[in-house]
Amino acid sequence: MSTTTSSRPTAVTPARKRPRRRNALRYGGNRLRYAGIVALFLAPSLIPLTLFTLVPMVSSLWVALHDWNLITPMEFVGLANFRELLADGDTWAAFGHTLGYIAGYLPLVYLLGLAAALALNTALRGRNVFRAAYFLPVVTSWVVVALLWRWLLSPSNGLVNHLLGLVGIDGPGWWTDPTWAMPSVILASAWKDLGFVMIILLAGLQAIPGELYDAARVDGTSTWQRFRHVTLPLLSPSTFFVVVISLINGFQVFDQVYVMTGGGPAGSTEVVVQQIYDLTFRYGRAGDASALSWLLFVVVLVVTVVQVRGQRRWVTYA
Amino acid sequence: MTHPIRLGAVAAAAALLALSACSQGSATREDSGEDGQVVVRYQEFSSNGGNEANLDAIVTAFEEENPGIDVQVETTPYADYFTKLQTAVAGGTEADAFELNYENFVTYADSGALAELSVDGTAYTPSLLEAFQHDGAQVGLPESFSDVVLFYNKDLFAAAGVPEPTADWTWEDERAAAQALTDTAAGVWGDYQPATFHEFYKALAQAGGQFLTDDGSATAFNSAEGVAAATWLAEKSGTVMPTEAEGAGTPDFDSTLFRDGKLAMWHSGIWMFGPLADVPFEWDVVVEPGDTDKASAMFTNGVVVSANSDHPEEAQAWLEFLTASDTTVDTRLNAGWELPPIADQDKLAPYLEQSPPANRQAVFDALDATVLPPVIVRQQEMQDAVTEELGNAAAGRKTVEQAVADAAARVDELL
Repeated sequence: MSTTTSSRPTAVTPARKRPRRRNALRYGGNRLRYAGIVALFLAPSLIPLTLFTLVPMVSSLWVALHDWNLITPMEFVGLANFRELLADGDTWAAFGHTLGYIAGYLPLVYLLGLAAALALNTALRGRNVFRAAYFLPVVTSWVVVALLWRWLLSPSNGLVNHLLGLVGIDGPGWWTDPTWAMPSVILASAWKDLGFVMIILLAGLQAIPGELYDAARVDGTSTWQRFRHVTLPLLSPSTFFVVVISLINGFQVFDQVYVMTGGGPAGSTEVVVQQIYDLTFRYGRAGDASALSWLLFVVVLVVTVVQVRGQRRWVTYA
Repeated sequence: MTHPIRLGAVAAAAALLALSACSQGSATREDSGEDGQVVVRYQEFSSNGGNEANLDAIVTAFEEENPGIDVQVETTPYADYFTKLQTAVAGGTEADAFELNYENFVTYADSGALAELSVDGTAYTPSLLEAFQHDGAQVGLPESFSDVVLFYNKDLFAAAGVPEPTADWTWEDERAAAQALTDTAAGVWGDYQPATFHEFYKALAQAGGQFLTDDGSATAFNSAEGVAAATWLAEKSGTVMPTEAEGAGTPDFDSTLFRDGKLAMWHSGIWMFGPLADVPFEWDVVVEPGDTDKASAMFTNGVVVSANSDHPEEAQAWLEFLTASDTTVDTRLNAGWELPPIADQDKLAPYLEQSPPANRQAVFDALDATVLPPVIVRQQEMQDAVTEELGNAAAGRKTVEQAVADAAARVDELL
């Protein structure tokens, strides 16, 4: 999931100064040749993007206008799929579960990532080892991580409940209990993704000029005041990037849900993409699933546009 | 010095490569056969979980008789099979021949994805052969049939001093025995029967109820019989049977529990006879106890040729061998796999002479009163809805009455 989305928000990364026109002029004004070189350098990402993102997106819009069980021929139904989805309680429940996931995941992964970044930005002994260790889950397959957490949080013979038992706590049913299933998924997700947040924030921290802290110290500020009035504002471009990316990934949460709970128990973790999967591959309703994909796309687009518009109010570019 | 992050990335990359190397071949694979051989690809699920070698033996025998044909089998576990098949058919990459259960046959036959066969059907039990006709055309062959019986661990019954099950048992007898046999301190459970759609429609018939009205336009199970059947299933979890939190419902959990000698009674299919042949304790089977009525679940699998196959004749030849050859009959009977759909009952005689289990007659006695799963267009959605509501009752999240009413309402919406 993350590979398809991570390329998108580069448009909103802190804009450096525009590339100077001199680059174009260096090719002696040969615009055709220049365009050819641009195309050459874009091709490695443009070709896969076209084949595996743009073409499927357009064709899914076509499928969304049809009834199709993947086996019999498609039948055109216009916008009926959208109307039915909007009238279906399961759709709203799926969006509700997804928002519940984001509400738990986003603050948790940000705070954990920020804490790790702050700790590993100090002159800590062996910090490079820690940085690598925290980043390792990010590059590990979701299936492996989800199976690991499914075992850690296993109600009867999992490590977590065993440890809780040692201190006299009767651990919950985790992914078998509708109350705890979503927190289980959130916990696993935050653990896996905090390394990504850490790396971005660490880069942001290292870009803050040391003179600002020196000046603040001369002014007699406390550690908290320096964090609040120097670190946080100057970290806001990185924070903005992390929030945009994490929100998009949050709306598209699937792998961990599919492996850990399959949407259960009692539908308590049936998030939007799990619903899209079930509609297509369990229930043979590819038309409804495509329509739901587009509803999700519109929601993500609106949320992202609102964020980009709103960034002026709180994002400080040094 | 090697940079730790780089070292970590290399280690992670190595681990990922190792993991990805484990992934299975895809449905789009096609190895070319040896010189001049025709390759027939065959997708199936029913050998998964202990009968793979038996299918291999049938393939080998067929290839010896037909040196010009190379059969390539792709086995997928039942839980994932229909997802994979549906995707393969949509993408036009399905095998030349593939297996279908009866519930899914109608959808595929309707779609025009199946090639018409020209077979001399005299080898097959007529009712099973007819099950795989569609609009007067033979578009599939019956491959096997099976039923569900009550397996029991004789050693556990003897140790607890509980009389063994008989064909006359009712739910009351099973309930009392399950309670007497459950010994949670020793990790021994009395019974295993999950609260799922497939157990429910059968228990409903055993209680004398009906799933759908006679014309199939509405559900009929929100009734006293429906509540009795749901209660019978839901009350087991956490009393005489492990709960979901204790692992129930995960793949192979129940078969492992029985094989480990920790389960006294188990509702399962006769395809488990072979895989259980080597367990170090005595076991046997009986026809499932009923409530007011006797009713046993019966399943039929069929095999079909894809309409897209480049080699329909070779594919059909393979399917005829797979379903009705003497090799298949011998292999299925000796292995204790699902039974062959052949008309000649004399050929089935050797099946009864083998053990375990000693009481193989129960397999045929169960056929005296069978119940077939209700089939509707939105089959999987119905199954999921019923299983989810029964799970709510079993976990105590809803009363049984509420769960049955909710399940009926949800299924009514699908009709």
